[in-house]
Amino acid sequence: MQLYGIELTSRLLLGSARYPSPAMLADAVRASGTEVVTVSLRRESGGQRSGQGFWSLIRDLGVRVLPNTAGCHSAKEAVTTARMARDIFQTPWIKLEVIGDADTLQPDAFGLVEAAAELCADGFQVFPYTTDDLVVADRLLQAGCRVLMPWGAPIGSGRGLNNPFGLRTLRAHFPDVPLIIDAGIGRPSHAVEAMELGFDGVLLNTAVALAGDPVAMAAAFARAVEAGRAGFEAQPMAPRDLAEPSTPVAGKAWLA
Amino acid sequence: MHILVNGAAQELHATDVSQALDALGYRQAVVATALNGVFVPADRRETTTLADGDALEILAPMQGG
Repeated sequence: MQLYGIELTSRLLLGSARYPSPAMLADAVRASGTEVVTVSLRRESGGQRSGQGFWSLIRDLGVRVLPNTAGCHSAKEAVTTARMARDIFQTPWIKLEVIGDADTLQPDAFGLVEAAAELCADGFQVFPYTTDDLVVADRLLQAGCRVLMPWGAPIGSGRGLNNPFGLRTLRAHFPDVPLIIDAGIGRPSHAVEAMELGFDGVLLNTAVALAGDPVAMAAAFARAVEAGRAGFEAQPMAPRDLAEPSTPVAGKAWLA
Repeated sequence: MHILVNGAAQELHATDVSQALDALGYRQAVVATALNGVFVPADRRETTTLADGDALEILAPMQGG
């Protein structure tokens, strides 16, 4: 998979939040085989300096980081956060989140497009967290985005793909744009479904971090993403309504 | 001078953002800064002066999804 010219072997992108411990996060990242880990920016506390320790852990993992603008509710806030992220992480990549609704964490499509246009013009390589709305996707591409990240379901919900029809439509309309399902994935089977739809990758966090065994779940998702992609590339059969015997009828003995 | 650092009022002996970071013990830390809601790049901290009552944000890498 190529994202902004970077060739990646793994199609799984992993979040770094909500793990039981930093060691568990590190083990889960290794077990997932991911090459891209999402990170954020938050106020550094004077005493604990937890951010410095976290950054040291991430750097030691040798993965590429994808900073986010999580929690931003306006284009202005997201753009400023993105610029601060670039200052720290020294990468043009930014996972752009502009939230429009506090309960569903649904992206604000208008603010998202506005921020994406400003950031793309400023040299950022934007990974917009968006919905499955076809027109918004088109506007984001016009703004300069070369990757789209539609949600499967609300962040942290673990509901899977709420609107497979909309996602299938996106895939059909933009066959050459890298599309990554971001958010809502709860189980490996959800990741398989996304990959079988032809999506290029899956970004998830909570499904691994809050699993009973995050490291084992990270490995399970790695296999799920590979299996789903392999299934897509192998071109699944067309479903049908009525049964069709798989064992040949010809040659069957007359025993009635 | 009174500066609001990450939302908490502090008395700082600093005239610019770089000095403020030094005074707060962030000289070697990996942080990003904003003053009164405006991003201050690392290479402009020394030339970005502080005024009494300014709000300084100091952000660091954190876990994120």
